[in-house]
Amino acid sequence: MATTEEIRAQLAELVNEVAGVPVEDVQLDKSFVDDLDVDSLAMVEILVGCEEKFGVNIPDEESKNLKTVGDAVAYIEAHS
Amino acid sequence: MSLKASIGSPFARILAVGSATPSRVIDNDYLCQFIDSSDEWITQRTGIKERRWVGEGENIETLCVTAATSAIERSGVALDQIDAVIVATISHYEQTPALAPKLAHQLGLGDAAAYDISAACAGFSYGLAQAEAMIRGGQATYVLLVAGETISDITDLTDRGTAFLFGDGAGAVVLGPSETNGIGPVVWGSDGGQYDAIRMNHTIGSGVKAGVFPTIQMDGQAVFKWATGYIAKAARRCLDEAGISPEELDVFIPHQANNRITDTLLRYLKLPEKVVVARTITHLGNNSAATIPMAMDALLTSGEAKSGQTALIIGFGAGLVYAGQVITLP
Repeated sequence: MATTEEIRAQLAELVNEVAGVPVEDVQLDKSFVDDLDVDSLAMVEILVGCEEKFGVNIPDEESKNLKTVGDAVAYIEAHS
Repeated sequence: MSLKASIGSPFARILAVGSATPSRVIDNDYLCQFIDSSDEWITQRTGIKERRWVGEGENIETLCVTAATSAIERSGVALDQIDAVIVATISHYEQTPALAPKLAHQLGLGDAAAYDISAACAGFSYGLAQAEAMIRGGQATYVLLVAGETISDITDLTDRGTAFLFGDGAGAVVLGPSETNGIGPVVWGSDGGQYDAIRMNHTIGSGVKAGVFPTIQMDGQAVFKWATGYIAKAARRCLDEAGISPEELDVFIPHQANNRITDTLLRYLKLPEKVVVARTITHLGNNSAATIPMAMDALLTSGEAKSGQTALIIGFGAGLVYAGQVITLP
């Protein structure tokens, strides 16, 4: 089972690939929209990428709650 | 009694392509009169800078005739050799008759079989699959496939989710028998569970009662999610089914729904840098069914793509439906 840090690091790579955000900026307390300037389409793409990368299913009603990097990492930890 | 079966050609290929773009150039600033948006926002979210809409004297018929005439002339196929016409469109606003018989008549194609199909932005690849099967099955020798759209007629200028997306236009190809294969296996399907993701705001009946012409609406994020996830995988399957590796591909012509969908497809498919990628969306917008043949013609005309090269095409849209193939460019 991957550690929190391993998931964060993999997610950081994905956010970098999709939205061009430097990997070191993708920390647990950062908000995707407010801190990392990820727009709604890039957010959709990041979540699609998470489903692929971590083998989780993220329903639309759940995706609304994943506001910070920490929210996403916690969701992946709980569902992968 | 022995019943004869039709016998076709072992293979089919696209012999020629033609297209037609209407005259009215509509830039983002023009549309921002009607919606609370900006050139910067539209460009950043979609890649679209301008699109073409039909103007005075132009309509879906004139666009289709122009595109088809160009494709037929380039193919060198005689008019009386074309035995079937398929028109892919969602913007011929008559329940019946279909546009294809009228087009066949206007083009002088005699009594060619003629019918329309409704597969939205996947319409060209759906039609290509049918045309290929007709030639290989012996139902036709030469087929004219036309994809034409005037989505501007069903665009709500005040809808900030769709007002800027669509452009009008038409593209056409002539297909015929071939000694070598020019059309790979079709990868296609549908997801009617997302019927509402791209929809009309009224049926014809409720529109008449309300005194309005139905317009198109879209759940952009749902479509984006489907296109960047499921469709990316379908595009990979097109290559696999055709037995083509990304390194062997020369040209990629995805449906031009959004430049960012194209970016994602490229990342997923890991296509080499040398692959020429259609980006007609910047100046033509999303031409629905007509997108792929219009982009094909544009790339061949500009010299960016060349006859005989191997191209991956994939269309996806309202239904939801999708279809893609690997083809040899005419």
